[in-house]
Amino acid sequence: MRLKRAKTKRLLLSSDLDVGFSLVALAPFFAAALAPLLFRFTQGYTGWLLAIIPASIFIYLLSFVEAMADKQLISAGFDWIPAYGLRFSFFIDGLSLTFALLISGIGTFIILYSGAYLKGHPHQGRFLAFMMMFMGSMLGLVLADGLITLFVFWELTAITSFLLIGFDHVRQASRRAAIQALVITGGGGLFLLAGLLLLHQMTDLWELSSIFEYGPAIREQAIYPVLLGLILIGAFTKSAQFPFHFWLPNAMEAPTPVSAYLHSATMVKAGVYLLARFSPILGGTVEWSVVLTVVGSVTLLWGATTALRQSDLKQMLAQTTVASLGLLVVLIGIGTEKAILAAVLYLVGHAFYKGAFFMIAGGIDHATGTRDITALGGLWRTMPVTFVAAVVAAAGMAGLPLTVAFFAKEEMYAILTFKGTWGGLFLANLSLVIVMVLGNAMMMAVGLAILFKAFFGEIKPTPLKPHEGSFSLWAGALVLGVFSVWAGTQLGYFSQNILEPAASSIYNFEVESKLYYAFKMLTTTPFIISALTWVLGVFIYLNIDAIRTWLREFARDLGWSFDAGFDWLMFGLIGFSDRITRLWHHGRLELYLVVVFVAFAAALLIPMWGTFALPAMSDVKTMTFYEWAVFVIAMIGLVAVVVAKTRLMAIVSLGIQGFAVAMFFILFGAPDLGFTQFMVETLTVVILALVMTRLHLDQRDSRMPLDLLRDGGLALVSGVGVTLLMITILQTPLDLRLSELFAQTSVPLAHGSNIVNVILVDYRGLDTLGEIAVVMTTGVAILALIRIRGGGPQTGVGAKKPQRGKSRAKKKTAASRQAKTSRRASAAKASA
Amino acid sequence: MTEFLMAPFVGAFFAAAIYLILSRSVIRMLLGITILGNGVNLLIFIMGRVSPEVPPIVPAGALRPSELAANPLPQALILTAIVIGFALFTFLLVLGYRAYQELDADNTDNMRLAEPKNAPRPPMSY
Repeated sequence: MRLKRAKTKRLLLSSDLDVGFSLVALAPFFAAALAPLLFRFTQGYTGWLLAIIPASIFIYLLSFVEAMADKQLISAGFDWIPAYGLRFSFFIDGLSLTFALLISGIGTFIILYSGAYLKGHPHQGRFLAFMMMFMGSMLGLVLADGLITLFVFWELTAITSFLLIGFDHVRQASRRAAIQALVITGGGGLFLLAGLLLLHQMTDLWELSSIFEYGPAIREQAIYPVLLGLILIGAFTKSAQFPFHFWLPNAMEAPTPVSAYLHSATMVKAGVYLLARFSPILGGTVEWSVVLTVVGSVTLLWGATTALRQSDLKQMLAQTTVASLGLLVVLIGIGTEKAILAAVLYLVGHAFYKGAFFMIAGGIDHATGTRDITALGGLWRTMPVTFVAAVVAAAGMAGLPLTVAFFAKEEMYAILTFKGTWGGLFLANLSLVIVMVLGNAMMMAVGLAILFKAFFGEIKPTPLKPHEGSFSLWAGALVLGVFSVWAGTQLGYFSQNILEPAASSIYNFEVESKLYYAFKMLTTTPFIISALTWVLGVFIYLNIDAIRTWLREFARDLGWSFDAGFDWLMFGLIGFSDRITRLWHHGRLELYLVVVFVAFAAALLIPMWGTFALPAMSDVKTMTFYEWAVFVIAMIGLVAVVVAKTRLMAIVSLGIQGFAVAMFFILFGAPDLGFTQFMVETLTVVILALVMTRLHLDQRDSRMPLDLLRDGGLALVSGVGVTLLMITILQTPLDLRLSELFAQTSVPLAHGSNIVNVILVDYRGLDTLGEIAVVMTTGVAILALIRIRGGGPQTGVGAKKPQRGKSRAKKKTAASRQAKTSRRASAAKASA
Repeated sequence: MTEFLMAPFVGAFFAAAIYLILSRSVIRMLLGITILGNGVNLLIFIMGRVSPEVPPIVPAGALRPSELAANPLPQALILTAIVIGFALFTFLLVLGYRAYQELDADNTDNMRLAEPKNAPRPPMSY
């Protein structure tokens, strides 16, 4: 279908860029391929060397800041599958740039940090390779223009995340967390793929930058809710939204650099990025707002309360990350100018303080050997630099002035004044603000707890003697803190170059931010609510021990968690597949065969149901007495085989029916067939007699009467089916064209008078060659079967059985050789 | 056409073969497969019509066979089938023989090497 293009909707100007731009996403992959080798030669300095890549990407991306400030959209790419119009394409706008700068900027310090954190680890090269791969995937994701390009990078982030979480794969908890993350985010990715393909179906376009213009038309489609649902599930699983939130805290099994990078600053934001990216296409509807704000709010409160329950540094941070992601989803869901501004501010602010906090947590772990908040204290004396970084990070988490997160709070609380009427919208906004205040206060309390419990108070004994880490360990946290304050003070530059371009990309209209510091702010509603948040946060912090105990008891009384639910689901799946496998692969051959023959009978009889007709009696000609005789002999043979009481009887009876068939061939003008059949039947009988008399095989029918009835019935029905099929086909005219052709050309073209043999050795000569190959292969296989014994090839002199086998093997191959010769002999008649 | 009367006999071949194949004794199954091969060959032969009884051979000096010559095409197919069927028979015979030696069983119910009755359950862990 062709959708209507919106008029003058997208304000961003579009221009093209050199394909070399793709290197931004691809260079980290090249670096990843070299990382293990590099590690072999440079050991401890690998981190420093590899950090050059993200650093140069960061600097290169800075050159786009000016263009983005003019609200441009620049695209680049190359043909991928031209037949489908598919391109491997990238584009960059304000939103992409903001994300890409965060990814490459934070990435630089994370790579440095990894080098120090995993100092002396034998697999550091592998770890750094995974990290670089992830960085490339993430950059590719935020810069992707093509829908399929986007999806490929989306899944790559899931895969690299799996590799990184499971890095310490000898621990089961680590493996479990990795699988959990992959199942949830990868499963969500499939929904996203369906959504993207649906989007392509609707617009017939592959490029996001061109789909933007069809936003209003897409939202009018009846199928829009389906599209929305698919894309939202993709985003929610990635960004750990309720009820898919539980994989993120478990992902803390990964080494701390991974937690700091993937699970706070970048990968989990991919879902938020997706929502922001699709906001101009899907956003602005009631469904969008309701689903996003409700899911986001639940996630925010859930994450924040769960964070209060934890005492492990990384767990506390992980849960607050869940909460922060919820908050971002709420803000995108609200979708007003202020809310979008708040979202971008919060996104940046959160990346700064949470990334820093994780690096600090890792540093503490590294220095003291523990991450339990109740076991730490007084670290400001021994770790002064880390302490400074922690103060800045906690200020960001609390949203204090001078940090960029302060403005995020101001802007998000401003939605309350968006519409001053006491309508339903106001009530909805009011409840959202209450949710945000609660969430922010709880997160602030967690931040304060980390700062005060770990760095102040008495010095507690820890497994390691606390000491300040190396430069690489604290540099990242400190620099992020500096950036946090820089962005919170250099308001003009930050607003114009980062904030407004990014917000405009999401909002799809020019967004103007008015951030400032002034005394008159102190009386505005947002500031009052901010102050309220701080008071509440301090209050919660002061009572954090009591709250933690209470929440833990509550969780224990509840006795169920989403995490346990995941186990139940996974083991249920394994058990289910086990049961299905056992149901169909029960190991009883006769039942497999029953299935086969029931299908056979059904395939014969069902199509003939109602259409079968007996031929007119005038068409039926009776057989001559000798023809009857042949069939009667065959029937006697068949019955005798079935009812035979002894082996010899069965074998002889088998010979009888075989010879009857041979006689039938001779009677009806097929002497070659007859002779071959005679030969083969004779051999069969001889060989069977030789083998059967040597083995003490049980010839009796061991079936139960009920089984006999079932098998007999099935056999009868199948026999009737074959009969009816033959009668039906015999009533249709026979197509003799091929037979005629062979008959007419046998002498003139192939110079052979025995038409059957001419067909075999000339017209279908290659088939015959194949057939001979089959016979030969069988001979080889038989030889192998007899030679190979349980314990490998046997010398075979001592044992009785092998000898028997060998003598039989000779007969067998001799027999097949004879069979071949007989065919060749009959074929030779052709030339006569 | 006499073929109509022959059809039930072919059906009887199939019925006997299937009845034998469904038994759990390896040797009876082998007999069944041999009979099934014969049944299929007969089916192909009869479907090519059997009325003319002269072998499809061009008389010396002539360019084409007599009007009464049998249909050569099914014969060519069956000739191949007989040989392949025999190869299959010998292979299955040796297979059954070796299975009897290794597993000490000629009843398929007792041949549970590949799919044992108490196969271990998949591990319920990560």
